[in-house]
Amino acid sequence: MTVEFEQLSCRELVELVTDYLEGMLPAAEHERVDRHLETCQGCRTYVEQMRQTIELTGRLTVEDVSPEAELVLLEAFRAWHTA
Amino acid sequence: MAATEAELLDALRAGDEAAFAALVREYHPSLVRVARMYVSSQATAEEVAQETWLGVLNGLDRFEGRSSLKTWIFRILANIAKTRAVRDGRTLPFSALEDPARVPEPAVGADRFLDTEHPRWPGHWAVRPAAWPADALLAAETRERLADAIEALPATQRAVITLRDVEGWSSEEVRNALELSETNQRVLLHRARSKVRAALEPYLEQA
Repeated sequence: MTVEFEQLSCRELVELVTDYLEGMLPAAEHERVDRHLETCQGCRTYVEQMRQTIELTGRLTVEDVSPEAELVLLEAFRAWHTA
Repeated sequence: MAATEAELLDALRAGDEAAFAALVREYHPSLVRVARMYVSSQATAEEVAQETWLGVLNGLDRFEGRSSLKTWIFRILANIAKTRAVRDGRTLPFSALEDPARVPEPAVGADRFLDTEHPRWPGHWAVRPAAWPADALLAAETRERLADAIEALPATQRAVITLRDVEGWSSEEVRNALELSETNQRVLLHRARSKVRAALEPYLEQA
């Protein structure tokens, strides 16, 4: 006799997405998500949007150090070195 | 930046300004972001980050490389930021009361799903997400919305998503720098990413 896992709902799946994408779900859970995705267009779109969000975030650039701060810090570095 | 950390340390100890400037450019913006989790204003965060560099210089000759330079710098920051937060009468982030795992915060609003008691499709999408058009994803305006959404996050979530997804740090590096448990790191990342996706949705669906 095989024990059927209880079906994952879409509402549960959206909370597992990060663990799923990070590869942090236990194998059986990971498979449950995969099986849900096979038959659920809405969740496939959702996971795709999470991937797109991560990719877009990766294209943002980090702000630069202000020239004032850099000057102050270089000054401190010189003082430290000559001390 | 020098090829290896040992070379970089030698250069710094020898007073190589270019090496120090490169290090500052690499980490200073992140230091300010992380400091922002502890203190109440951008100006204070900037002060804490600058003070951190002084701490780095003071400790440089004693630094033994038991952790990476990056981890060590962010530990110094955390100590200075905490001291400053306490002095300013602020509650520290990640205190027991603020354990993120204790307060649920759904990734998607409950109104998007059918009732969990629904006879046929419990917890299924009531309103399915619609695929986003590829050209709109690359638009400058999408980028602005994304940056705004990150800016609007609580400071802890903002720090985690910035370090992980903008700067590409590993989860371990983020855990070390922010002194987070693995679970909390993932909960914060999950909430941050989910909110950013949700913020893009209304805009991209109309695109």
